[in-house]
Amino acid sequence: MASSFTLTEPEIAEPQTSTSTRRMTLNMGPQHPSTHGVLRLELELEGEVIRSAKPDIGYLHTGIEKEFEAKTYQQAVTLTDRIDYLAPLSNNLCYSLAVEKLLGLEIPPMAQWTRVMLVELTRLNSHLVWLGTHALDIGAMSMFLYCMREREDILRIFEMYSGQRMMTSYIRIGGLALAPPRGWHHRIKSFIDGFPSKVDEYEDLLTNNRIWIGRTKGVGFISVEDMLDLGVTGPMLRAAGVNWDARKQAPYSSYEKFDFTVPTRTENDVYARYLVRIEEMRQSAKIVKQALEGMPEGAFQADAPGVMLPEREKMKTQMESLIYHFKIVTEGFRVPEGEVYQVIESPRGELGYYVVSDGTAKPYRVHIHGPSFGNLQSIPTLAKGSMISDVIASMGSMDFVLGDTDR
Amino acid sequence: MKPPKSDSCLVIPETLKDHPAVRLVEDSTLSAKFDRGEVTFEIAADAIVDVCRRLKHEGGYIRLSDLTAVDRYPEEPRFEVIYHLHSLEHNQRLRLRSRISGAKPAIASVTEVWRSANWYEREVFDLFGIVFHNHPELERIMLPADWEGHPLRKDYPVSGTRV
Repeated sequence: MASSFTLTEPEIAEPQTSTSTRRMTLNMGPQHPSTHGVLRLELELEGEVIRSAKPDIGYLHTGIEKEFEAKTYQQAVTLTDRIDYLAPLSNNLCYSLAVEKLLGLEIPPMAQWTRVMLVELTRLNSHLVWLGTHALDIGAMSMFLYCMREREDILRIFEMYSGQRMMTSYIRIGGLALAPPRGWHHRIKSFIDGFPSKVDEYEDLLTNNRIWIGRTKGVGFISVEDMLDLGVTGPMLRAAGVNWDARKQAPYSSYEKFDFTVPTRTENDVYARYLVRIEEMRQSAKIVKQALEGMPEGAFQADAPGVMLPEREKMKTQMESLIYHFKIVTEGFRVPEGEVYQVIESPRGELGYYVVSDGTAKPYRVHIHGPSFGNLQSIPTLAKGSMISDVIASMGSMDFVLGDTDR
Repeated sequence: MKPPKSDSCLVIPETLKDHPAVRLVEDSTLSAKFDRGEVTFEIAADAIVDVCRRLKHEGGYIRLSDLTAVDRYPEEPRFEVIYHLHSLEHNQRLRLRSRISGAKPAIASVTEVWRSANWYEREVFDLFGIVFHNHPELERIMLPADWEGHPLRKDYPVSGTRV
């Protein structure tokens, strides 16, 4: 019997240590509900702790950049809607700005202000879906219903002017597709006046909620250096104290004329990202309100014969208008040679369009730098060493859209 | 846009003389351009990693905003690899361009300078077939591993079925 007490041989010791350090590979996705799209994560687990995470993307790759090369510039606007289903207007705007820069087009103030209003409504739309689904993933079911209620109002606003709820293609090269319909501004006003109190409701449900704080505070940390090195942008970076927002630092579409602040936090966790986005919603509502109140009068499209379609009435009386109409519809307009990289602040972060023109009516090359692509690249660093249940919260706080990642 | 002739020498336009990045890239620059408010340097392909490292550590371009390629088929050198750099400190953007041949296209990877280049380069490898030397995991990222061809090349059809 004495020998059994002194037995320290590996025969007994080994199985014990090997069970405690046995690694398990777990496939999360591609159809996991928290991935909001089709993303597969290859997780290597040690008990509940993640030792490595490897994202596998590309399930939604549609070859949209190739398709750009086969469309005329104006036709290609419809493709930009389909990249990020939560921010189609931001993509419209970024692409239009890039092509307008190549063309050297001057956009009338009324169109610029309407564009600002539209992309800020898009930001609200995107953040509402993010908040609803993020809370749903963590277990707060009711948030989803509240957020969808307001999102429905925004989609109705979009539907009112374009007949479409999501893929509106309302922002076109040279301005807007149509003049805003009568009563549209009034509808936006009644929505945006009531919106701040709705944000208060969301905050009542979550901000001081002990379960919410327990699931999000101190979770999902990643250093600022890692984020900049890995290409993370947007609210994630701002929740780590980096005050970078293209609307402020490189204003486009007359953002410099609006009074708003860029919220930042320094905690750098899931909770801070939540607070940043909540404050962004308030600021967006503020911008929409300013745009409504100071909306300039004037044309909704640039004065550029040969690029913009002529007015229907003019076509009946003027020969030139008829010729331009025929030429634009049949062959599009030519864009001078050159290249442009346009960056805007989409709801998810830095959205970039690189457009190369060879002087013909179709883009030679369009590259889309989706913010989700850079953000998602930080998952291996972010998830390493964290608990498996925290990955859901961390991924939710990134707010990625897989269509934007895979393009 | 035509690729520069082989005898074209370094010309930095007057507008760019004071640009802080000029000093860092001067000895590897083939040409420079200031167009529509955007600065472009054309860099010799074999010097790209050195230039990027210098721009990051001495020029403050701490972010690689984007990396992509353009196919100039049937011209030669066929491919352009495009780097969009971003300096938060100076609020500046910079474009670098390197031209590489269409026969066995390859260039050194900048993943050791910016880790974000990892996926960007994989995407270019996948869709253009450009090989990045010293890349940690050069695999297809968008398309299935057994996909044939590189769709963003100009000699790859937009539509049609394979027979």
